[in-house]
Amino acid sequence: MSTFWSIWISVIVLVVVFGCAWLLFATRKSQTTDVETDRTMGHSFDGIEEYDNPLPKWWFYLFVATVIFSLGYLALYPGLGNFKGLLGWTSTNQWEAEVAAAEEKYGPIYAQFGQTPVVELSKNEDALKIGQRLFANNCAVCHGTAARGQIGFPNLTDGDWMWGGSPEAILETLRNGRMGNMPAKGVMPNMTNEQVDQVVNYVLSFSGREKDAAAAEAGKAVFAQGCVACHGPEGKGMQALGAPDLTDNIWLYGSNYEWIKETVLHGRQNEMPAQSGRLSSDQIQILAAYVYSLSN
Amino acid sequence: MKHEIVEKNIGLMIVFIILVISGGFLAEVLPLFFLKEVNEPIEGLEPLSALELEGRDIYIREGCHVCHTQQIRPFRAETERYGHYSVAGEFVYERPFLWGSKRTGPDLARVGGRYSDAWQRQHLYDPRSVVPESNMPAFPWLFKDLVNHKGTAAKLSALQTLGVPYTDEQIASGPGEVEGKFEIEALVAYLQQLGTVLSDKR
Repeated sequence: MSTFWSIWISVIVLVVVFGCAWLLFATRKSQTTDVETDRTMGHSFDGIEEYDNPLPKWWFYLFVATVIFSLGYLALYPGLGNFKGLLGWTSTNQWEAEVAAAEEKYGPIYAQFGQTPVVELSKNEDALKIGQRLFANNCAVCHGTAARGQIGFPNLTDGDWMWGGSPEAILETLRNGRMGNMPAKGVMPNMTNEQVDQVVNYVLSFSGREKDAAAAEAGKAVFAQGCVACHGPEGKGMQALGAPDLTDNIWLYGSNYEWIKETVLHGRQNEMPAQSGRLSSDQIQILAAYVYSLSN
Repeated sequence: MKHEIVEKNIGLMIVFIILVISGGFLAEVLPLFFLKEVNEPIEGLEPLSALELEGRDIYIREGCHVCHTQQIRPFRAETERYGHYSVAGEFVYERPFLWGSKRTGPDLARVGGRYSDAWQRQHLYDPRSVVPESNMPAFPWLFKDLVNHKGTAAKLSALQTLGVPYTDEQIASGPGEVEGKFEIEALVAYLQQLGTVLSDKR
């Protein structure tokens, strides 16, 4: 703040404080007596008259107290331009003190858990309690409070993994996020509607639910052309690409004919946002242990 | 001084009242117009793109700011949950700012990039499909209404007049950038950039 504005603010603040004090004493001085009487101001509105009595003493001293308080406040806290106040308080250093106090208390715990391998950490009750809270605050909006996921957001408790369920894979997913992309009609952009129907039946046949056996049989060739690149020849998926296993009857985007047809026709894009810029590496380690513990 | 003089001269009373009220204004508000800390953008802050700006107007139209604040206070409890506390330099292009005053839902000051686009869309279409305990209203019409691009250029140039550094080219190309876009796209674009300039680990 420039010197001008600093002086500007200081002068106005002090003028207001002392102005209030002056007003208080000036109006009191004109009072002729300290004793309450029946004397009125001399005017009457609809028969209502006003006593001409002094301010009650407790009220007057309350006013005086507020003036003294404000001067004390201005001495201790920043209020007069660039003057920082005798306490040196700022909202930033208050926050820093809070964070430092928390760091002192929780820092060693986090540091210890951050060094512990995920599998070992996933058996530590205290770490899992922290993990559960971190999960509730950061992950539950997509994966659900019970981590059971919903359409488009994977269930983390079923032991089925799109990108891998090893501690390393979970850590990588948490740190750097994942971008899943199934192109419309796989890698076969000229897939006809009939072929879509066939391939959907074929995919349903992995779990024995095909609507039309002949179409499913014909769909095998379509699958070989449009889908194997990611989902593999047996539809088992490929975790390096985040391509799901189609044979385990666990479905991210719905399991019936219509849903699978929608997936084939229009593709699916999904994203797990990277957490490394949001959470500390210790927090990510604890979260990985929590997620790992859900299915192990 | 006789109190009676003030009470019986309404003009004098008005003068005194203005004098008293302006004390607060002159000391607390006026200097802010000239302070570097509140008038200079933080490093890396860019004005919103045309699409994000239209998204912002949809945010205002739907009353999102009534239930969501966009201001993280400097308390550890808030910075742990939401990220770095808000600083004045983040809001220099905000006209009006959308700090809000009530959190029925969470603070959104740093919601950008926190969830995927797909989640944002799903959540706005039907909040309870992703967060069962949510009491947020659904906004399905955003998925069928197109952004009104007729006012885009005027909005951009009004902001330019107010000092937001839009170039004339940006104003000229603005309507084209939003034409044919669904409102949900604009809103998600707006949400996904919120608070991303000042990023910090919690």
